Amino acid sequence: MSNFRTCSITGLKVHLPAEKLIKINAVTAIVFLLVGGILGLLLVLTRWQAVHILPPEFFYRFLTLHGIAMLVAWIIFWEMAALYLTSAILLNSRLAVPWVGWLQYLLMLVGGGMVAVIILLGGADVMFTSYVPLKAHPLYYLGVILFAVGAILGCVVFFATLVVAKTEGTYSGSLPLVTYGAAAAAIIAIITLSHGAIVFIPTLLWSAGLIPPMDAEVYRLIFWGFGHSSQQINVCTMVAVWYMLGTLTVGSTPVNEKVCRTAFVLYILFINIASEHHILVDPGFSAAHKSWNTSYFMHLAVLASMIHAFSVPAALEVALRKKGYTRGTFEWLKKAPWGNPGFSSLFLSLVGFGFLGGTTGVIFGTEQLNILSHNNLRIPGHFHATVVAGTTLAFMGATYYVLPLIFQREVAFPGLAKIQPYLFGIPIMLFSTFMMVAGGFGVSRRSADMYGSGGFSVEYSPIVDISLSIMGISGVVACLGGAAFCVISVATLIIGKKIVAK
Amino acid sequence: MSITPVPPGWWKMPLHKEEKWWISIALVWCIAITIAMPAWHFVGKQNSSQEYYTISTEDYNTLAEEFMEKYKTGVETAGDWEWDVVTPPPGSDIYLRSMQWKWDPILKLKKGETYRLHLSSIDVLHGLSIHPLNMNFEAVPGWDYVLTITPTQAKEYRIICNEFCGADHHGMIGKIIVE
Repeated sequence: MSNFRTCSITGLKVHLPAEKLIKINAVTAIVFLLVGGILGLLLVLTRWQAVHILPPEFFYRFLTLHGIAMLVAWIIFWEMAALYLTSAILLNSRLAVPWVGWLQYLLMLVGGGMVAVIILLGGADVMFTSYVPLKAHPLYYLGVILFAVGAILGCVVFFATLVVAKTEGTYSGSLPLVTYGAAAAAIIAIITLSHGAIVFIPTLLWSAGLIPPMDAEVYRLIFWGFGHSSQQINVCTMVAVWYMLGTLTVGSTPVNEKVCRTAFVLYILFINIASEHHILVDPGFSAAHKSWNTSYFMHLAVLASMIHAFSVPAALEVALRKKGYTRGTFEWLKKAPWGNPGFSSLFLSLVGFGFLGGTTGVIFGTEQLNILSHNNLRIPGHFHATVVAGTTLAFMGATYYVLPLIFQREVAFPGLAKIQPYLFGIPIMLFSTFMMVAGGFGVSRRSADMYGSGGFSVEYSPIVDISLSIMGISGVVACLGGAAFCVISVATLIIGKKIVAK
Repeated sequence: MSITPVPPGWWKMPLHKEEKWWISIALVWCIAITIAMPAWHFVGKQNSSQEYYTISTEDYNTLAEEFMEKYKTGVETAGDWEWDVVTPPPGSDIYLRSMQWKWDPILKLKKGETYRLHLSSIDVLHGLSIHPLNMNFEAVPGWDYVLTITPTQAKEYRIICNEFCGADHHGMIGKIIVE
């Protein structure tokens, strides 16, 4: 068994090929986070109307790449690392077919790189959504397809590893909750990435001039089966990471396994069709169709989130009370390890996702209220709360544990790491909130200049100026917080003290 | 521990009282909002339209141009842009054509009268955002989306395009005048 090492901290058997794949996926994720973050800084300094630095051409180009680099590349590369971690490492198993894992990495890297280059060369100023009949260079669509196929292969390796672990008897009992959550994420990933591949194949052929364009509404319907459902991969992985961080930081145990696991099943069953809330103000679908799919289905997925919203903090409270912090109602919260970046990330992610992202998602996804929110700044405000304050922050927190456990190095600049989650989490919540406020006054999303370009001028409520300024300042601070994370991670890899196995 | 395998028997663990209460409250709330959405179609005044037809972009363009010619009452310019000002009779079918990067025409409507607004695009997707009302609908090529509207306030509205449509997307701003 020369292919394994024993972790000096956890005692887990670490399969070296799995470890290599985790490392390379995690590092690539952070590189994309850095690229997306630099673009994010330029974008926020443009939407902050008083500063407004980018000309329209570059604003649209960078916005397209920002979406791809963050929403797709950073998050999915990190999730691939998480899938290998929660399968091979947590189950003490070998990773099944590591070469398929490398194929996953290669396809995603080539696909993601291709998309990034085409966008920067100006061949795909079409935004993350690339709605037909707005056309990009064929290589853009090909890049997305390669990326999606690569990610599907990652899920295949994950499931194959679960089978290997079961048949080789590397663990007894049921899967750990975190692995179970990752499995739910992988199931959703296969469904949603298939939607992506299905919708981009005819789009690629059309872009290459081989077939006529598909109906714009059909594209929107299938695209959102990919575009929004893929965000549910993030939700699922994030919730799994919440449970993992709870255990790693304060030693929490799920209050009730049955409830937590049922909630994950609710995600799988109901979240995909709920993506139809993107077409609430579109022609082509009856009100009955829209209501059915976005109310009944979406609210059962919301129920799952409500269950986690109870279980995760409840598990933390129980664990902290067991440590003796039992005075009053809130001593456990006061005495929680706020200096541990893993814990503060977990907590801020929970607050940001739950109170800002989740609630606004349900509100804006209501048919009649969507009329007032569709495509204005309320929407990016909502998803920066879910995907950035929620998912990204949770992943950052988990990275502080992946660094010592997988990279076997002590986290560099521990003082900076201590405050990094606050430096990133709090401003990003302000950013989201004030984006939504501006959206409520009719400021459009994806606009290089909300005052137009020389035709009719537009007047806004004075609240808009203030909101966009707060959004701008907090956005810049959040970029600093993100940069701090990248600096800490990279420095750890280069100068972090090696943890020597005893 | 959520990162270690779970011994058998976890499915039979009873729920705590607090958990039961929380899940029940959440479920009731979910059912309430599930009912609210369709219910509003019967009791609310403002719902998205259920009337739409497929139409070729050429046919829609012809209809929109006939409409503009028939009811044209003037011309307005701003910057390098020029629009027809169109004053249709109350109760009629009106057209708002979207294209890269223009809303055509400038509509002059009467307060308190009802119109059937035919919204579509003749090239890529556009987004109708009536400012400052902040009401938003999608303009989709190939689809004639009929919105029944009754303006309730006499003022000048802006129409902002809020679906990204290319290089001068942010410059695509039109106007509706309600008298």
